[in-house]
Amino acid sequence: MSTLLEVSGVSVTFDGFRAINNLSFQIADAELRAVIGPNGAGKTTFMDIVTGKTRPDEGRVLFGEKSVSLLRMSEAKIAQAGVGRKFQRPTVFEDQSVFDNLLMALKKDRKPWSVLFYRKSKRDTERVEELAEQIGLTEQIHRTSGELSHGQKQWLEIGMLLAQEPRLLLVDEPAAGMTLAEREQTTDILKEAAKTRAVVVVEHDMEFVRRLNCKVTVLHEGSVLAEGSLDHVTANQDVIDVYLGR
Amino acid sequence: MNKSFFARNPSVLIFIACLALFTLTVSVLADGFGAGVISTSFVKTLGKTLCLCLIAIAMDLVWGYCGILSLGHFAFFGLGGYMIGMWLMYARTELIVANSLAEAEIPPTAQEISDAIGNQIFGVVGGSDIPLIWSFADSLTIQLAFVVLVPGLLALVFGWLAFRSRVTGVYLSILTQAMTLALSLYLFQNESGLRGNNGLSGLQNLPGLDDVPQSTVSLWFFWASALALGLGYMLAAWVVSGKFGSVIRGIRDDEARVRFLGYSVEGYKLFVFTLTAVIAAIAGALYYPQAGIINPGEMAPIASIYLAVWVAIGGRGRLYGAVIGAALVSLLSTWFTGGQAPDIPLGFYTIQWVDWWLVLLGFSFVAVTLFAPRGIGGLFDLYTGRHAPNRHGADLGPDMGSLREKEADE
Repeated sequence: MSTLLEVSGVSVTFDGFRAINNLSFQIADAELRAVIGPNGAGKTTFMDIVTGKTRPDEGRVLFGEKSVSLLRMSEAKIAQAGVGRKFQRPTVFEDQSVFDNLLMALKKDRKPWSVLFYRKSKRDTERVEELAEQIGLTEQIHRTSGELSHGQKQWLEIGMLLAQEPRLLLVDEPAAGMTLAEREQTTDILKEAAKTRAVVVVEHDMEFVRRLNCKVTVLHEGSVLAEGSLDHVTANQDVIDVYLGR
Repeated sequence: MNKSFFARNPSVLIFIACLALFTLTVSVLADGFGAGVISTSFVKTLGKTLCLCLIAIAMDLVWGYCGILSLGHFAFFGLGGYMIGMWLMYARTELIVANSLAEAEIPPTAQEISDAIGNQIFGVVGGSDIPLIWSFADSLTIQLAFVVLVPGLLALVFGWLAFRSRVTGVYLSILTQAMTLALSLYLFQNESGLRGNNGLSGLQNLPGLDDVPQSTVSLWFFWASALALGLGYMLAAWVVSGKFGSVIRGIRDDEARVRFLGYSVEGYKLFVFTLTAVIAAIAGALYYPQAGIINPGEMAPIASIYLAVWVAIGGRGRLYGAVIGAALVSLLSTWFTGGQAPDIPLGFYTIQWVDWWLVLLGFSFVAVTLFAPRGIGGLFDLYTGRHAPNRHGADLGPDMGSLREKEADE
């Protein structure tokens, strides 16, 4: 498997506080990876750097076979290049229907002119219906997404990410505020997605991570503390110290 | 799934029907057709109101749909008026000058005519040279092109600078207001070449058509305004109905999310800002020939703030709401400030509406914002049954940062 995303030697400082400190991270095509760490470990900042929201002070972020640097690109360009991101709290467009939300996310030309003259083809409608089925929202497809339950909104957002057909998916706490049954479905959706693309899941909840059954990266104070299977990292003395306190 | 445009947007058809009926009724009753029930000046007022409705649609597009509270759209409206006003004034003066010089014994040279025109137009600001910006004022075609090009270009450059630096929210509003103020202050100067605070006048007279009575001219402009409003409404409805509308409403609700979907938010904002500036300019170009006069005072920031008030009272985010708001408030304003509204004697004090109208308007704005955030247009929801989900005040999400129901409604 070739490397899809390579982050090396990245540091970023906010007002003297080092949020990310010489961080290096790699992920291959079609890999599922969980990133865990205590509050303030730099998990969200890491995602901000990859998606172009935050510019690092130093380091490299390379993406794809051609190893394009993501550092000079705008958020929209990075998204078009194939990086999708799900935020911590569900952010779907609440006054629009599930269908419209998915249609907007569908991988298409994003330029204003072509969007203005865009006509919905039969193929696109089918694709949206397919996605809705994949995330279990077939019955809700014509409802306003503001009416959905919290868990359904989370799925809708994941569905919007899948519609973008990204090569790398960054998912921030997908299971927050979900019931047990909803969590199980979320795990399934993510595992399924990771068969064809790289998926990075940031999560607090160890149970959820265990269910994902994948390689785990532990972040602490802005750099990687440990990496390996969940059993391997939880046996690591440093990790125990960080999580349980010295 | 792919139904026709009108089938998907029945409100457009209803609107066009209402507009057509209104236009027909006014035309039949107007002086121009001899019925004389509606005076020429009132036909002009109605025609001007239609133009204001058109700019309200532009404002609704940029604010209600795209979330950019621009307080500068009356600048584009005024610029459009100036562009057409230059031709109206120049061409008419040219005819008058040519007529008077034709009686001289020696036929006038081109230079003499040009000097005389300069004297006629710019004598009032103490000059007689024709400024460079009037170079094309004798050509209707070029000035009509300028109606679209000049405000469009200004909006494009201003918007590009503002959106590229990611200025949003109230800061952007202040910036647009500063632009309007700067433009109006510049035009107040005599050196601006547009007759300073005198502005352009006599615009109600069409060059070469002195024989046509104003009652007829007023109807022509009334029809033109109605046509422009109808076309503008359809254009706006078309823009917001498809995926483009989805994207700009997304930008209004959550800009960052749209960006991470891969849409260049700046490009979309610039597109909407420029398009609405052009619509505003066309509205202005139809408005001022009916008003007869334009001066820089028209472009003062307060005008653009009124525009926002109209749209808010009518109901943001729905096109007919903007039209209703603009029509209702501007007609009421004419009624109150025109001295037609009866004074209210309270014994110790008499409420004169000319002074108190603004207070009333202010209170209605506050009342609408507090009690009916959907505006007058929201009343239609009672019939069509378009309801927001009632969450009984619960959070929309689990986090502290999530919107409460009340916030999401607004």
